[in-house]
Amino acid sequence: MTAQVVEPVVVDAPTETREISGLRATTAQLIRRPLFLIAAAWVAFVLISAFRPGWFTGYDPYATDPAAAMLPPGADHLFGTDIYGRDLWSRVLHGSALTIRATLIALGIAGVAGLGLGIVSGFFAGITDSILMRFVDVLLAIPGLLLALSIVTALGYGTLPVAVAVGVGIVPGFARTTRAEVLRVKTLPYVEAARAGGASWARVLLRHILPNAWGPVAVLAVLDAGVAIIAIASLSFLGFGAAPPAAEWGTLIADGRNYLITSWWLSLLPGVFVALLVLSLNHLSKTFQELSR
Amino acid sequence: MTRYVVGRVLQAAVVLWAAYTLTFAILYLLPSDPMQLQLAAAGVQEDSLTPEQLAGMKAAFGLDRSVGAQYWHHLTGVLHGDFGISLTTRQPVTDLIGARIGPTLQLSAAAAVTALLFGSVLAYLATFVRLGPLRVLLTRLPAVGASFPQFFIALFLIQFFSFQLGWFPATGTEGIAALVMPVLTIAVLASSVLAQVLIKSFDETLRQPYIVTARAKGLSRSAVHLKHALRNAALPAMTLLGVIIGTAVTSSIVTETVFTREGVGRLAQEAVLSQDVPVVLAVVTLAATVFVLVNLIVDLLYPLLDPRITAGEGTLL
Repeated sequence: MTAQVVEPVVVDAPTETREISGLRATTAQLIRRPLFLIAAAWVAFVLISAFRPGWFTGYDPYATDPAAAMLPPGADHLFGTDIYGRDLWSRVLHGSALTIRATLIALGIAGVAGLGLGIVSGFFAGITDSILMRFVDVLLAIPGLLLALSIVTALGYGTLPVAVAVGVGIVPGFARTTRAEVLRVKTLPYVEAARAGGASWARVLLRHILPNAWGPVAVLAVLDAGVAIIAIASLSFLGFGAAPPAAEWGTLIADGRNYLITSWWLSLLPGVFVALLVLSLNHLSKTFQELSR
Repeated sequence: MTRYVVGRVLQAAVVLWAAYTLTFAILYLLPSDPMQLQLAAAGVQEDSLTPEQLAGMKAAFGLDRSVGAQYWHHLTGVLHGDFGISLTTRQPVTDLIGARIGPTLQLSAAAAVTALLFGSVLAYLATFVRLGPLRVLLTRLPAVGASFPQFFIALFLIQFFSFQLGWFPATGTEGIAALVMPVLTIAVLASSVLAQVLIKSFDETLRQPYIVTARAKGLSRSAVHLKHALRNAALPAMTLLGVIIGTAVTSSIVTETVFTREGVGRLAQEAVLSQDVPVVLAVVTLAATVFVLVNLIVDLLYPLLDPRITAGEGTLL
């Protein structure tokens, strides 16, 4: 793949006009990618539906209707209905609210802790770096899901403990990527120039290192959003999520499992919904990665 | 070389100890009180017990001691292969795990081997095929495979192969037939991870000058791909062995739960549901041990397989 956006590698900051034309070129490139647009649209839809599920469904996710139980997917009920006659599409959208919020909390934890660890480690180097990175190695030695399980055991069940557990699990990746980027940017000529120009280390860190180091971290964040969604869904599938009747995606899929033989849609449609979201996030992250090359 | 090996083994031991300590800290220092949890799980009101009874129960589980003393007691126990007593079944944790490790070992080993096979074949084809659309499809496939939650893949397989076709049993631990779908479930994810890295590695290898030389000498494309590219591309992917086996082991939790297999993964799920702290600690320690050991072996083997990397530098963290 040939890189069409040539990043200006100059000692001074890029001028205003260059930045704008770069942005335009990037936007133009993105629009020419239909898969990217579809993925972005799906992510946007799920994000909006997570905060305003009422916009996309007229049904109450908890309203039972015995007369309309176990209906297959159709025009009235997009995803069909469950054993109590609750509309599955509406339940999936209201599930978004819980799962997406949990994902954002997990990413928030990973972002703050991971960025913090990575910046301190990469910026101060030396003994601080050694100690922090050994700690990250230890976190990495415990497989993510098992680390999450220990945290859930200690904290109890619910959306928040699951979010915390998953967030802690993705801290190491964030810390490592941030550290590597800070180390890379730190040695570049413009950092030296800024220091020589009399800027304090704090200013150099905030104004010169961070803005140039955060690209790969952002790509990782999008990718990790997908990882976090799968982990959160898995934990709630195992039965550690929100208490009924509220239903996260994992819980919905777990509940539908008992009716798999007669009503496959109860498990498989929410599953496809989740998979499409993760796939879209992966695609977005990949596209950003390609563009930044 | 000896220095490198000894250093690497010591490092693995320290990481393992630290992982155990961290898990212990999470499980024993966080707010929940194991005694209360256990009483609640058994449906016993704490008030209905006399203080003597409560103290006796706490002493039986070693919960009356300070956290430091408990930690020391547990750590020395672990070094002797004793993981304490399960809070729910009151059996030694080592026995509980010993009774259920067989199916999990079978499943993880079979899944890791299948994943290696699928992943390598997929990466090999994706980089060898020249037909544009097919190449794009094969290259994108791993990303798709990694996007589906495992429990979804498991349910899909059950729906299709058990309920529609009736080829394999939907649940159970006995026999090869019951192993097929759990292995497939894990292999989809693990092979996707492997294939993504292998494809990248292949692409880089194929750009190397020695590939051009081999082609210029008159070797066919397939011979170059198999003899020159594969062996060199597989080397960086070797470091993924730890990740693949780690994935196979952790995936057993979800997979065994869906397929109701009597293994350690399901034991872990049940232990978390009943907040059986010693069992959770033992399973996490066990998984971390497997992960650290595999990575240790890979690191020790790597310099032997790739002479360009001299022992003592490069692979040390």
